[in-house]
Amino acid sequence: MTKAAELAKMGEVLTNSQIGGRRNIIINGAMQVDQRNSGSSFTPADTNYTVDRWRYTASQASKFTFQQNTGSTPPAGFKNYMGFTVASAVTVGNADYFAITQRIEGNSVSQLELGTANAETVTLSFLVRSSLTGTFGGALRGASFGRSYPFTYSISSANTWESKTITIAGDTSGTYQTDNTTGLEVIFGLGVGSDNSGSAGAWTGSGHFSATGAVSVVGTGSATWYCTGVQLEVGSQATPFEHRSFGEELALCQRYFQKIVASSSEQSLALSSGGQAFSSSSAYMFNDLPVTMRSKPSIFNSISALGNFGSFAANGGGMAISGVSIITSRSNSDRVTASLTVASGSFTAGQSLQVDGGNLDGSFIAFDSEL
Amino acid sequence: MNIKSARYEKDIQENNSSITAIINGEEYSVPLDPDNRHYQEIQEWVKIDGNTIAKAD
Repeated sequence: MTKAAELAKMGEVLTNSQIGGRRNIIINGAMQVDQRNSGSSFTPADTNYTVDRWRYTASQASKFTFQQNTGSTPPAGFKNYMGFTVASAVTVGNADYFAITQRIEGNSVSQLELGTANAETVTLSFLVRSSLTGTFGGALRGASFGRSYPFTYSISSANTWESKTITIAGDTSGTYQTDNTTGLEVIFGLGVGSDNSGSAGAWTGSGHFSATGAVSVVGTGSATWYCTGVQLEVGSQATPFEHRSFGEELALCQRYFQKIVASSSEQSLALSSGGQAFSSSSAYMFNDLPVTMRSKPSIFNSISALGNFGSFAANGGGMAISGVSIITSRSNSDRVTASLTVASGSFTAGQSLQVDGGNLDGSFIAFDSEL
Repeated sequence: MNIKSARYEKDIQENNSSITAIINGEEYSVPLDPDNRHYQEIQEWVKIDGNTIAKAD
């Protein structure tokens, strides 16, 4: 880049207020946080989350494996990436779709003023590597998934990290959510049929996933697609990736998903903030959430996979806990109350208690308020 | 999202307090909250003939 070009870019960045903190609207763009799988490989199902905040969607099951890092070297300046490998190739039909997306909360994109005459231009930048070459596709999607901007990017060298930048004029039509529901979605297509594809480079009144004619990763056995350094920012210039601390990124992710794990050295770790018995067989557990979540969360736990939770009561004794059910009327996005299903043992009404992992390595309780 | 079953749960006052659902092969306790994505999907699931949320045990 010439000095004049550098100065011009700097001027534009200053004009658009792109310098300073919090440029990146994407959460976990460096793929650091993987609360669900801790770096393990798995076969994602439709709507499963992969690394934190990144949601897989597919019309057919078991076509990809996913892993945070898959053995290849991340690009310079990054420790992690998300990696897809085709497990079973399929010819994509018109209605098929395979994609990885990040749904961005409306509260986090209200500054873009989408759907108004003042809609901001945004720039999406990322690092990508694939065993395939050609023209790949994706989209921005919003307005209750009813409007989209399909885009393309080219990968010219197989198995080589490449940097991509896409600048998108703000959408001046549609009604975009600016609350705790989805405001905007960033989508990378991994194989999208014609029903869900559109012409690249313009906003349209359809919720496309990708651009017409894009490479279908899922169409080639053992093909790979890796990505990291995803940044979405206001303005028409891609600035360097905004590296946030791991703690900051984790806290941002915890607005949507939180997991408390009792590892091998912490098998009696409390999975609740507290609890109380109401009779010999009924009790509530309480959890103060470290980060305010987007909405009342669903609870997911390890009981069916690993075995019953344990409990530790203040007046002695304990019970095996075989189920945890959120009490909607006693929970919000900050605190959760859940009733406990008792498998064995007996409480005394009025006892205070805590719930633990039952001395089972890897026991966990998770709270999910993803979009 | 593949939902296999859904069942209401009651609190100690015998009010419906949540839904236990098998989603993508895993058991979730889902709040009765229209902003919750699992609750939203369950509401779509019950629109399909034959799908109902079972009463609490």
